[in-house]
Amino acid sequence: MFAFEFMRHAFAATGIVAILSGLVGYFMVLRGESFAGHALSHVGFAGATGALLVGMPPFWGLMGATVLAGVAMGLGGRGTTQGRDVTIGLVLSCMLGCGLLFLHFLTTSATRATALLFGNVLGVDRAMLGWLLVLGAGCVLAMAALSRPLLFASLQPETAEARGVNLRLVSTVFLAIVAVVTAECVQITGVLLVFALMVGPAATAQRLTATPGWGIVLSVLLAIGAGWGGLALSWWTDCPASFWISALSTVAYLAAGAWRFTERGAGADPA
Amino acid sequence: MPPVDMAQVTLRIGARTILSDVGLTVPAGAFVGMLGPNGAGKSSLIRAILGVVPVSAGRIAVFGRPVGRGNHDIGYLPQFPARSAPRLDGRSFIAAALHGERWGLPCDWRPGRHRRHDAMEIDRVLDLVGAMHLARRPIDHLSGGERQRLLLAQALLGRPRLLLLDEPLASLDPHRAREVVALVDRIRRQLGIAVLFSTHDLNPLLGVMDRVLYVGRGAARLGTVDEVVTSPVLSALYGVPVEVIRANGRIFVVADGVVQS
Repeated sequence: MFAFEFMRHAFAATGIVAILSGLVGYFMVLRGESFAGHALSHVGFAGATGALLVGMPPFWGLMGATVLAGVAMGLGGRGTTQGRDVTIGLVLSCMLGCGLLFLHFLTTSATRATALLFGNVLGVDRAMLGWLLVLGAGCVLAMAALSRPLLFASLQPETAEARGVNLRLVSTVFLAIVAVVTAECVQITGVLLVFALMVGPAATAQRLTATPGWGIVLSVLLAIGAGWGGLALSWWTDCPASFWISALSTVAYLAAGAWRFTERGAGADPA
Repeated sequence: MPPVDMAQVTLRIGARTILSDVGLTVPAGAFVGMLGPNGAGKSSLIRAILGVVPVSAGRIAVFGRPVGRGNHDIGYLPQFPARSAPRLDGRSFIAAALHGERWGLPCDWRPGRHRRHDAMEIDRVLDLVGAMHLARRPIDHLSGGERQRLLLAQALLGRPRLLLLDEPLASLDPHRAREVVALVDRIRRQLGIAVLFSTHDLNPLLGVMDRVLYVGRGAARLGTVDEVVTSPVLSALYGVPVEVIRANGRIFVVADGVVQS
């Protein structure tokens, strides 16, 4: 399957996005912000279709919309997005509606819509791959600088604030990074399935290990496994890659839950 | 220099006046129990000493220096710290707080000498609170008392000289509450540090605390238990007649309105 350039591009793009998703997703799950990525991708859908409508590349419309929304969420929040599921849910349905409206005005809507909603990993060209790599490297560098205060602020916000951590700044920068990663992830899984790469592997990793270092490593490896495994299965079965990625991600999560259940049953844990 | 020195402090949160024109000094090495009705502003006062909320007027000094966030002389245990407990072990939880305010990678991911230095500091605080055996267990498997121990360890990182403990006894049964108080007192004596301990039940602190700080209705009163926990002083602070009943070494504070309701 590597004989074809589009498959090599697909594997490279999925690898880049999986590393980012695993890394950023770990903190999203830890902070209880897994829904944020989902909401951002919906905002991105409106951005991408809006960009198409005015004749701009949809990727940049998508990216612009997610980053704007991420920064707005960070600045508007109290340093955490916990307990705001109603607001997020309403905004995401509204944005999906706007996207539908923009598509309505476009004539070539059907294939565009499917690619945006469910991903088009086989359509990633060399230029897009370059952008994924550059933006991804930027996100990894930003996370390297942010990870320590972010971890502290996620686990103990009151103490972090007293120690001089600017909760709002940390939260806003993090959500901006989440926004960029979400926009990248949409290229692989589409708007509706970003959960499969950004949240599934991270949540699975947190079921399997109790230290952040190993958790992130595991989260990244699981995301790569789901991404590449999904691509390979899609090649062999001729089914959409996004389906297989979301299926693998969910199966891993459920399997980790079963493993934990048997572990807990086996160990004489008094707690 | 005294651990906490307040002069003419007025503290307002929104429309509420927590303190108005209060002056008091916490002496070195003291165990101060902070009491007051719910909503009286005990947490706000602690956050003012941390420099997280600004005072409206007056001056608070910590060891002679004006308050400000990031003061390494203060160790802080916040109220209701356990949101949904993360799936992390105790050691990772404490490591996240060690120099967690700096940019960069978390402490325990760095290589070499720094890592060993940090590991020793984490061992030291775990040992102080007797929580070495909790270090490798996930926090969501721990009891409330065990979590409180880890949070106390976290507050001791960086060798603070003043501990601000906000309601550490909330949600603990009386036996566990006594254990936590005894542990805090042992650490205070061992390290020679001052402790400000907020609670709404003073009984677990009796025999351990050497000062009471009573906060209520914009006023505050610091003194020994016998000076402050009396009917006249508390009646003035609450604004309703308050009776103080002493029986078998325990003290019951009974407000008139509460008895009748």
